[in-house]
Amino acid sequence: MLTYALKRLLGAIPTLFVIIAITFVMIRMAPGGPFDKERRVSPQVEANLNAAYHLDEPLLAQFGRYLGGLLRGDFGPSFQYKDFTVTELILGGFPTSLMIGGIAMAIALVLGIGLGMLAALRQNSAVDYAAMGFTMLGIAVPNFVVAPLLTLVFGLTLRWLPVGGWGAGAFSPAHMVLPILALALPQLAAIARLTRGSMIEVLGSNYVRTARAKGLPERITLTRHAIKATLPPLVSYLGPATAGIITGSIIVEQIFGIPGIGRYFVQAALNRDYTLVMGVTIFYGALIILLNLVADLLYGVLDPKVRYD
Amino acid sequence: MTEAALRATPTTEFEGRSLWADARRRFARNRAAMASLVIVLLVTVACILAPWISPHPYDAVDWDRMLAPPDWQAGYYFGTDANGRDLFVRTLYGGQVSLSIAAVATLVSLAIGVIWGAVAGFVGGRIDAAMMRIVDILYALPFVFFVILLTVIFTRNFLLMYVAIGAVSWLDMARIVRGQTLSLKRKEFVEAAEAGGVSRFNILRRHIIPNTLGPVVIYMTLTIPQVILIESFVSFLGLGVQEPSASWGTMINEGANVMEIAPWALLYPATVLVATLIALNFVGDGLRDALDPKDR
Repeated sequence: MLTYALKRLLGAIPTLFVIIAITFVMIRMAPGGPFDKERRVSPQVEANLNAAYHLDEPLLAQFGRYLGGLLRGDFGPSFQYKDFTVTELILGGFPTSLMIGGIAMAIALVLGIGLGMLAALRQNSAVDYAAMGFTMLGIAVPNFVVAPLLTLVFGLTLRWLPVGGWGAGAFSPAHMVLPILALALPQLAAIARLTRGSMIEVLGSNYVRTARAKGLPERITLTRHAIKATLPPLVSYLGPATAGIITGSIIVEQIFGIPGIGRYFVQAALNRDYTLVMGVTIFYGALIILLNLVADLLYGVLDPKVRYD
Repeated sequence: MTEAALRATPTTEFEGRSLWADARRRFARNRAAMASLVIVLLVTVACILAPWISPHPYDAVDWDRMLAPPDWQAGYYFGTDANGRDLFVRTLYGGQVSLSIAAVATLVSLAIGVIWGAVAGFVGGRIDAAMMRIVDILYALPFVFFVILLTVIFTRNFLLMYVAIGAVSWLDMARIVRGQTLSLKRKEFVEAAEAGGVSRFNILRRHIIPNTLGPVVIYMTLTIPQVILIESFVSFLGLGVQEPSASWGTMINEGANVMEIAPWALLYPATVLVATLIALNFVGDGLRDALDPKDR
């Protein structure tokens, strides 16, 4: 398994390289540059700026310089936030994004698996239909609709929770409830559907029938036999779920004014902050690759039929 | 056997039915899917006929009604937005934009995905491995970041922008078609065609690709809501469709900004978007049930 993990890590290098190369080319293709302002700066100033950031070199040389920096763990300086390096910005925003996203993921996992199992155990009952109707809504209603609706209901109408704004240092758990809910709901729905499908298949399998036939109490049949076999499809969903939460965080951080990484990205793309765009993409790309690897390894732990070669 | 089961057994089995006739029957019996299909068609027709349905042009400003609630007498069925423009006609107009973008992007992803998957599966060997490795790598990319970058690149030409989105969302399609092709190319009729001296290109064109149609149609209906979602997402962020044009995403964004005083500006476009997305998903599920009897 260790060799497999190492092999996969090595295999991630070309993928990461492609991410870097494509992002580099794409952000350079966008019209305009990082120093375009409403008032044009004089050509001399512009030339000096370009020289200071090495933007006057040929593209390939710039790409080489950037790669060299990356190897030393240096994402370069931000073009927009003049006094910060991209590494500082990412490390500054990531704890917030991680906290919101992590809690959302945990809630989605626990409630999603619970709801899916409940629906599977009461298949074709009113509970099942209600649960599946709810998950259909959860999947079809995107983050950017859920977030304003939650705000409208719980923030503006009922006035139970603050509407947004992390506030100047005034950070409270109440501020986190709505963003986390908006992030968690779609993933919760997807996980519940996956669990239900997987569990129904497991409950119909021969060994569950055998366990029931030999008179094992239902509780033990479920905990010993059924639940573990239900999990593998969920584990492979870990990667896509993370990607979904990251995508959602772009929207949710924007709506609720949360100082995370997602909010930087859109601004950076609009401002042509080349290095910040690349830094965020590479960072999240690497995170998704890593989580997919973890998912594959976990899959092997849960399903002994899987062999690493 | 119960009476109902006996009645359900067709007595004229020897008539013989094609896969598609069979599928059509199964689909017609699926009430949720049929209702959804009606909703999708209604929304589409209403969007196309928008100029004739509403008395107001989509960009006409009514200075006396800004953020006015729905008023059926004056023809403002959904109320007006912050600029005094009719939300009903803007929702329909936004639907035109959203739906046509979805159609373009889906067709692009369909063309690339089918050709890529069929060629990889049919040629096989090292070329297959290389082509699928490319798909794997692209699959690992943080998709949404590239969509945002694409919209930034093509800000001035939104049609091109969505061709580009279609061009990055063909990966699932390629995988499905490749899987189909792998099993098809070992079938007797392909062997017969080979023995008969049909060229490889013609086998691919006449025998392989038409037979992948079932799963392709299913996946296509499921791609449309995904693309609508991407477009709304990008427009919501203010990167996609620009004023005075509208799409469902931009309208939801504008609605969210004024929801405290004018909740209808958020609720109506959001409802139409969500209803369309749910209906499209149900149609896709219904098609899957109808076309893939093994999966039922």
